[in-house]
This record gives sequence, C-alpha cells and structure tokens, in this order.
Amino acid sequence: MKPKNQRLVLVAAAIAAVLAAVLLAMWGLKDRAAYFYTPADVAAGRAAEGKAMRLGGMVEKGSVRREADGVSVRFVVADGDARTLVAYRGIVPDLFREGSGVVAEGRMSRGTFIADTILAKHDERYMPPQLGNQAAEHQAAKTLRR
Amino acid sequence: MIAEAGLAALWLAAALSLLQLPLTVGHLRGWFDGARTVRSVAIAQGGLTLAAFAMLLLVFARTDLSVALVATNSHSAKPFIYKLAGTWGNHEGSMLLWVMVLALAGALLAIGSRRLSQHTLVAALGAQGALALGFYAFLLFASNPFARLDPAPLEGRGLNPLLQDPGLAFHPPTLYLGYVGLSVAFSLAVGALLTGDVDRAIGRAMRPWVLGAWVLLTLGITAGSYWAYYELGWGGWWFWDPVENASLMPWLAATALLHSVTVLAARGALRAWTMMLAMIAFSMSMVGTFLVRSGILTSVHTFAIDPSRGTFLLALLGIYVGAAFALFALRTGKLKEGAPFELVSRESALVVNNLLLTVILGIVFFGTLYPLFVEALSGEKLSVGPPYFNAVAGPLALLLAALVAVGPLLSWRRETRPVFKKLAIPALLAATALVVSLFAAPQIGWLPRFGLTVAAGLAVASWLPLIRTNPLRTPLATWGMALAHFGVAVAIAGMATDSAFTRERLAAVRPGETLSVGPWLVRLQGLAPAIGPNWTAIEAELRATRGVGVLILKPQTRFFTDPPTETNEAAIATMFGGQLYTVVGKPDGEGRWQLRLWWKPFVTLIWLGGGLIALGGLLALAGRAWRAVRRERRSRPGQSWTRKGYS
Repeated sequence: MKPKNQRLVLVAAAIAAVLAAVLLAMWGLKDRAAYFYTPADVAAGRAAEGKAMRLGGMVEKGSVRREADGVSVRFVVADGDARTLVAYRGIVPDLFREGSGVVAEGRMSRGTFIADTILAKHDERYMPPQLGNQAAEHQAAKTLRR
Repeated sequence: MIAEAGLAALWLAAALSLLQLPLTVGHLRGWFDGARTVRSVAIAQGGLTLAAFAMLLLVFARTDLSVALVATNSHSAKPFIYKLAGTWGNHEGSMLLWVMVLALAGALLAIGSRRLSQHTLVAALGAQGALALGFYAFLLFASNPFARLDPAPLEGRGLNPLLQDPGLAFHPPTLYLGYVGLSVAFSLAVGALLTGDVDRAIGRAMRPWVLGAWVLLTLGITAGSYWAYYELGWGGWWFWDPVENASLMPWLAATALLHSVTVLAARGALRAWTMMLAMIAFSMSMVGTFLVRSGILTSVHTFAIDPSRGTFLLALLGIYVGAAFALFALRTGKLKEGAPFELVSRESALVVNNLLLTVILGIVFFGTLYPLFVEALSGEKLSVGPPYFNAVAGPLALLLAALVAVGPLLSWRRETRPVFKKLAIPALLAATALVVSLFAAPQIGWLPRFGLTVAAGLAVASWLPLIRTNPLRTPLATWGMALAHFGVAVAIAGMATDSAFTRERLAAVRPGETLSVGPWLVRLQGLAPAIGPNWTAIEAELRATRGVGVLILKPQTRFFTDPPTETNEAAIATMFGGQLYTVVGKPDGEGRWQLRLWWKPFVTLIWLGGGLIALGGLLALAGRAWRAVRRERRSRPGQSWTRKGYS
C-alpha cells in the first residue's frame, strides 16, 4: 500500500469506528436506560409495566411490613401526591428508615414495584442527586421553624 | 503556620508554572535559549507541590481542627492511618494530590528525557506547565485545601466509614498516578506537534510513561474492584457505576495508546494516530476527574455538591481538550508519512486492536454521559447500568480478546508465513470448552459461555509468541506481553465463571440453624458484640462445612458514631476453588437474623488476572529500562564491554 493511501484508509477506519460506537450506543440506549420516576409519575401511568426503572421518594411512616420469611419487606414510597407499594427481598441498606429518602431499582408489576436493589441516602453528604431537592426543602422547613 | 506554608508553596508553584509559558514560547521562537531554565522551573515546581502536600499530610496527622478541611473530614478518635489516608479522602485533598502528581511528572520529564530533542522537550514541558496552571487556579480559587476555620470546632465531623479501609490508603494514589501519568503522554504529543518532530524518538520517549501509567491504572482499577466487592457487601465486583467508568475510560484509551505507541517506537508508523490517542487518553483522565470531582454524580467518591467547581472543571476541560485538538487539526497535515505496512501484518492487527478499543471506549463514554445529556436537555432523570454496558460492550470485548490470540503471532510490515496453523491447538481448546459448556451447563447465558470459550483459547495462545525462541534471549518486554495477554484470559475466565455459576442464598435464621449454598452447609453458631477503635459491632459466627474441613466466618454489622453510620462487613473465605462470601443483616424481631451467602467459584481469577496484566506491563517496563541503561553504558566512551548478540 502506498503511504498516501494508507493514511486515507486509516482515517476512514477511525471515522468508521467512531460512527460504529455512536450507532451501537444509540441502539443500546434506546431500550436499556432506566428512567427515574416518582410515585406521581407511576400514578400518571408513565412507568411501563416490566421495564427497568428507578423509583424515588420518601418511605411512608408506619408502612414498612416484614414478611414471614424474615427477608422480604413491603413498604410504601410516597412523594406527597401519590403512593406506590414496593416489594423487596434482601437486606435493606443501613440508612433505610421510615420517613427518609429512598431510591429503588426494579420494575412495576401489577401495581407493585418489585425492587432488585435499594439505595438509601448514605449520610447528609452522600446523597443521590434525585433526592437533593427534597432534602433541601426539608432543610428549609427546619430553618423556618427555628 | 503549617497550613499557611503549604498555601504559600502552592502559590509559588502556580507562579512558576505561569513563568514557564513565556519561557517556552521564547525558546521555541529562538529569542533566547531557555531550555535549562524551563527544566529547572519544572523541577522546582514539582518540589513545591510536594512540600504543599507534605504540609497537608502534617495538618491531618496532627488533627489541626482550625483547618476547615480537617474539621469537616477528620476526627481526633480516628486510627492514625486513616487520619493520613483522610488527606486524600476528600475533594480538596485529592485535587492537591492530583496536582502534585502532575507537577512531579513534569519534574521527572525534565530530569529524565535526555534522548529527546531539546526543542520537543521544552515544548512538552511548556504544555505540562500550562496543564498545571489551570489546576493550580482550580485549587487556589475554587477548592483551597488550607482554608482556616475561625473559631476552630472542638471536634471534627469524621470520615465516611466506608472510606475507613486499608484499600483507601492505596487505591486513590495509585489511580491518580495512572491518570496523571498520562498527562506526560499528552504533553509530549502537544510538544511534538508544535515542533513537528513526530517520529520514532517521540514514540520511545512516550512509551515508558504510557506503560507506567497503564500499569498503575490497571492496579488501581483491580484494587478498586476488589474494594467494592468486599466493602459494599453486595457480592458484585463491577457495577458500571459512572465513577468506575471514569477510571475505565482512561484505561481503555491508555491500552489503545500503549499498543499504538509500540508501533510508532518500533516501526515509525501510525504517527498522527498515536498523537491523537495520547491526547484522547489524558482527555479521558480529565473527563474522569470532572465526572468524579464536579459533584454531578453521586457515590462514595463524590465528596461535595458545589456547582461552581463543576463549571470551573468543565471550563478547564474544554480549554485543554479544545486547544489540543485544534493543534492536532492544524499540524496533522504537515506530519511526515508513516512507514508503510501490508494489510496482513502486526501493524494492521494493532490498528484493529485500537479500533475495537476505541469503539468500546465510545460505548462506555456515551453510556456514562447519556443520563447527564438527557437531564440537561429534557430534565428527565434516568440511569444507565449493566443491561446496556454488558450487552453492547461485552461482545466487542470478547471479540477483541479473541483477536489478542492472533495479533502477536504476525510479523511486522508484512506477514508471509502461514500463521493460522500455529493457532490449531488454542482453537481446538476453545472449541472443546464451548462443547463441554453446552453439555455440562446448558442453562448459562451466551456471554459467559463465549467468555469461557475465548479464555480457554487465549490462555494457551498468549504463550505462542515465545515458542521456538530462546527463553533467555527473548526480551523481557515479550515475556511481559505474553503474561499480560494470559492475564486477560485469566480475568475473563473469572468473570465468566462468576456470572455463570454463582450460587446465592438469602434467609432469616435462628442461631443453630443451617443454610446450604452451592456445595456448602453454613450454620449460624451465634452472635456476639465486638468493638473496634471507633466502632461497635454485632458479629455473627458462621461454621461452614463442605465434606471434610470446617471454616469459621465472622461477618459484622458495624456502627460508627462519627458520623453515625452502619456498615456491613462481609466475611469472605478464599480457597482454591472460589470464595464463600457471607453478610449478616438485621434481626427480624423474632430471634432470627438475616444471612446472605454467596458461593462464587473461581471469582478470584478476576483480580488475579488484573494483577497478571499489571505484572506483564511491569516486566515490559523493567525490560525497556534495563535496555536503556545498557545502551547508555555502551554509548559512553572507554567502556566497551558489551557482548555481541544481546542487543
């Protein structure tokens, strides 16, 4: 191969690689990205049945029920407008508490959110950004009371 | 006083990096000979940042609570080692570490590169100084680690317990050395493009830096993966978390660069290509730093949410990447043509390697940034996780691993021998693995199945380049390559067996009851309190048996008081055939305790493979260094004791 042609072929190959990456990524992202919904979104029917998603909100006070097997829990996630029932089998994270924020990964199944993973707020400095606003409002309310 | 001395050293270093710019321009324009001054300035800058970092270490060691950073991130009751490690367990401290490594790399470049042309070296040092300047500004104006707090609080706020782990002492510095080691490749590429000397010499100057940075990145990622595995207690070793991806992207780019810089150094081909990759590699380091340090992502790695810092970092990223790529666009047409090669040759194989790595990098890049784009454009929040990355990047990674078996067997420039005959045995092994897995484990997914297939073939094929060579005369670099490629096979085997054959058990049991997981019977003996330097814990005693032999495991739930946090400490038993991974959860109020058990056959191969890859890189680095030393000795007059045939 002549050096000039070689350079052309290399440039073409590089462009093809970048294009391939973009196309593959677009194809992959189309149905594999998990959207973040609140209970209000779920109530409005935006969360498709069976599709991977994240659900975020506050664990409703007094709603956590342990099942007889000792490792399954059911609780309600609320955002002030709506409530969603969540079922989870596993060890809940350390900072999972009634009345505090939670983000769960999983899917909707017949009106119940089946969670695979529960991410709770870690401490005030390590917080899922999705919960940032809620926490800020909470903080503002506390300051006003003072 | 200590904090003020550190701050002063930092300001001085920044002033020196500013001084470096006119000196470099003057030298390159031929107004004066600034080479020696530029080199001394770079060395002085390295010394000053080292001093600044030492001051910060001292402040943390003494728990000086009048320094804001110490007050918010440390605590007088913390074990001493974590007080020290806490220095870089926060935003400001870790950025200072970053800048220190950047300046030290510049100093080392100024001391060590004798074989590079004077002009290119000065230009590269100027580029390194320009990089440092931006990050000094970031430290001094947006994240001053030495800021005082008045009045000083009586006690500090403590360090996130997840970060109180021996892994933290080494994981960030290793990764940072890797990230920032790539800055030298970036600066050398900028320097070479400025002077137009893109040739084999620049390839040879760049290679040890790329190799060293790549070894450290490999180690850092491997260690980080193991840390997440045992510390988070989720039984997984890679979560495709954006922060993990932030370290994976520079690694992918560095891996591509490592292979193309070899072509440039050995053959003088792929000139513009290698310069481009060198720029991309460090750009990925900066993207990673931006993702982790700007606070737009959340994990244990993101320490603070402060939008002004994110904007500052984004501006720096835009300026450096934009300037570098503009320079590339201006100069690439003027570069000399690279040495030609045929379609079937080692050069072509390495081009294919580069292309596949680039595609994988692109996929990881888009997947990681997609949630940010979508949120910025439409306000909708989403996350991209394993389903995307595994399905889209996984098959390409396997294809690449399969080609790793072939590439090293090809000869430079033009292949004339029949190579595929040599691959008969590996191909046969791979086919056997595929057939056996189809019969013995028909239920496993196709990705782990092909993973096992490729691993079986590559494990043998990686050693083929050494066949029929004299093992003592084979360069260490070739041994290193074979070992690193073997490490890839080992790591893939571990990933495949882990995802195909892991057994999991989750249940609530009373003391005295037994659970089975895989071949193991695990009995909960009892629970007892335990106490550490700054935590208390509930410790479960588990008795695990498999046929003969007994193992005792003691997983804990720990309670930290500053800040108040609970963590699960997994207890892991490692043996030849795999790991038994146990976590104790919460009591259910009726005398039962939650237990989560995993039996993970051959999972340790993942990190063993990572270690072998790094070791291979280290061997290659040692071999090259040894050769350079010998060449140096030989070139000195009066010392002609070189033996023939060993060149």
